[in-house]
Amino acid sequence: MTADAPRGVDAPPEFVQLLTPEGERVEHPDYDIELTAEEVRSLYRDLVLVRRIDLEAVALQRQGELGLWASLLGQEAAQIGSGRALTDADMAFPTYREHGVAWCRDVDPVKLLGLFRGVNHGGWDPAEHNFHLYTIVIGSQALHAVGYAMGIQRDGAEAASIVYFGDGATSQGDVNEAFIWASVRNAPVVFFCQNNQWAISEPLEKQSKIPLYKRASGFGFPGVRVDGNDVFACLAVTRKALRDAREGQGPTLIEAFTYRMGAHTTSDDPTRYRVADELEAWKLKDPIERVKAYLFKNQLADQEFFDKVEAEADTLGREIRRRCLELPDPEPEALFRHVYVDPHSIVDEEREQYLTYLAGFER
Amino acid sequence: MTTLTLAKALNEGLRRSMEDDSKVLVMGEDVGKLGGVFRVTDGLQKDFGEDRVIDTPLAESGIIGTAIGLALRGYRPVCEIQFDGFVFPAADQLITQLAKMPLRSLGKVRLPVVVRIPFGGGIGAVEHHSESPEAYFTHTAGLRVVACSNPADAYTMIQDAVRCDDPIIFFEPKRRYWDKAEVDLMAAGVPLDRARVVRQGSDVTLLAYGPMVKTCIEAAGAAEQEGRSLEVIDLRSLSPLDMDVVAGSVERTGRCVVVHEAPVFTGFGAELAARISERCFYHLESPVLRVGGFSTPYPPSRLEDHYLPDLDRVLDAVDRAFTY
Ligand SMILES: Cc1ncc(C[n+]2csc(CCOP(=O)(O)OP(=O)(O)O)c2C)c(N)n1
Ligand SMILES: [Mg+2]
Repeated sequence: MTADAPRGVDAPPEFVQLLTPEGERVEHPDYDIELTAEEVRSLYRDLVLVRRIDLEAVALQRQGELGLWASLLGQEAAQIGSGRALTDADMAFPTYREHGVAWCRDVDPVKLLGLFRGVNHGGWDPAEHNFHLYTIVIGSQALHAVGYAMGIQRDGAEAASIVYFGDGATSQGDVNEAFIWASVRNAPVVFFCQNNQWAISEPLEKQSKIPLYKRASGFGFPGVRVDGNDVFACLAVTRKALRDAREGQGPTLIEAFTYRMGAHTTSDDPTRYRVADELEAWKLKDPIERVKAYLFKNQLADQEFFDKVEAEADTLGREIRRRCLELPDPEPEALFRHVYVDPHSIVDEEREQYLTYLAGFER
Repeated sequence: MTTLTLAKALNEGLRRSMEDDSKVLVMGEDVGKLGGVFRVTDGLQKDFGEDRVIDTPLAESGIIGTAIGLALRGYRPVCEIQFDGFVFPAADQLITQLAKMPLRSLGKVRLPVVVRIPFGGGIGAVEHHSESPEAYFTHTAGLRVVACSNPADAYTMIQDAVRCDDPIIFFEPKRRYWDKAEVDLMAAGVPLDRARVVRQGSDVTLLAYGPMVKTCIEAAGAAEQEGRSLEVIDLRSLSPLDMDVVAGSVERTGRCVVVHEAPVFTGFGAELAARISERCFYHLESPVLRVGGFSTPYPPSRLEDHYLPDLDRVLDAVDRAFTY
């Protein structure tokens, strides 16, 4: 492939797919999935709603209401498929882009907006949702997920952990160490890599000479590549990996082959480094359109259903926008809270001094 | 003279360094086609090729570790760490290897590695993009630590850093990247390890580096209106430290305020305060006062204006310096 050729466009051969971009169901010898019409409609609704949350967030950023936003556009199926494979007892460790997984874990989208607006660093209770805080430092959370899985293992609990990371993250020491720890400890963890083809401006070949899922075999556990734009396949593959983990068969690396349809974040300008054709080609593989086509073709949903989901998305978009704008700025005192659990003389002193200083302006 | 932003001045300086010495390499995440997230390396890959301007794997320990190897082989790598908060995966290579190898070889090994780090806050960023980690590195013997504050210095300091045979942590004030100033592309500039008096005054000495130099100059301007004359020193180099310029000023003014974004508690200002009290004790009219960040992690952006020293907080410290 030349440097400027569209990448990832030709579907790779080794690739679990259950639903084609045209909305045709296909069989796979190792992975199959039985979904009721209701379940498919529900996945469709998830996909549409998280895309709407994302679009609304991008708009809010453009209007100056958020400092930044990392869009999940194009990665909805990877996130909803894997997110819906989790049981309540499973624990997820996200990057900064897992808004779809957050949705599956019932994290209020306004909490995500709050982080990117800069009112706090996240603030949800990881234990309440079994969804850890967003991690911005690339790769760090992989080790946390393994450690958490080691805890599950010691407790003899019926659960697994899953960690999300990108293609770029596979270069980090922490991620490679996590592979080793998980392997030698046989930890119940699923490594879910969303290969969206880019790490900011760097294409995959700056990180790897071999398909990412193949890395797993060198570490001693199975790796599988799934069509990351196929929500059925992502659900089926993640379900199996989680089940294996819970049943004591150790880790799996899943490479969800997908595409970052938008900029890296709202600060990024992808026209500097990638060709427009690539995006056009990937648009044909849209994760939502294929589910819609499938529902239509098999008469599992009518126009009324699609209109209803659309209307729900509109309401959700309006609602989170309103609530985002209403988020109060934190009071200065918040600076000094939660740094330590117990009182800390230096923090206490600085808080007193600073509040006294501020009060001086009010006089 | 040309008008350049600080980012462009660094870019021009790097370009000159690469033209002057074919052993100079630029390496980091997104430094190639993208030109770095702040465009400091913009156009360098186009002009010097992918061999000399390397988009590295996403691995900071790898960036510094391989730079050490390249330096052992006679190259002069200039590494970019994308943001201050992402230098820590490289901490081991920086602290246990880069800093100590020359000494361990009894001087036989030289590691002319420059590690460029955009640092400081004030840009409304998310976590880990606004850190001021300089004290970790000034506390590491074997590393030189410098910080530029303006386009003209940026242009010469980066070239001096590349020519220096010691490893250097080169801090760039990211919120000042877009500040413009006249730059003389022919000038040699002040030597890398020298501090510079950027504004003369007689009542109080303000010590700053990087982003806070501008804040202090503005504070001095405001103080003048109130009849107070503040001298502003841009330290430029934190390790080594130009104590002659510092002491020369403080001995004249008798009062000193240190300003940095990093937390005050065990921050670089603590070293300055201690040294000044040792060296200028009999000239001091008041203790050395420090203005800086709090002993809290860098806050979410809606609180950063409270965290960051600003003109008012600097002037408040100046006022307090007159209460002793
Ligand atoms: C340790 C570290 N280094 C650098 C960065 C800056 N950075 C943020 S995202 C990113 C690229 C990540 O690419 P990938 O892992 O593929 O995830 P994606 O953003 O594509 O989802 C980089 C270099 C960071 N956040 N953390
Ligand atoms: Mg990626």
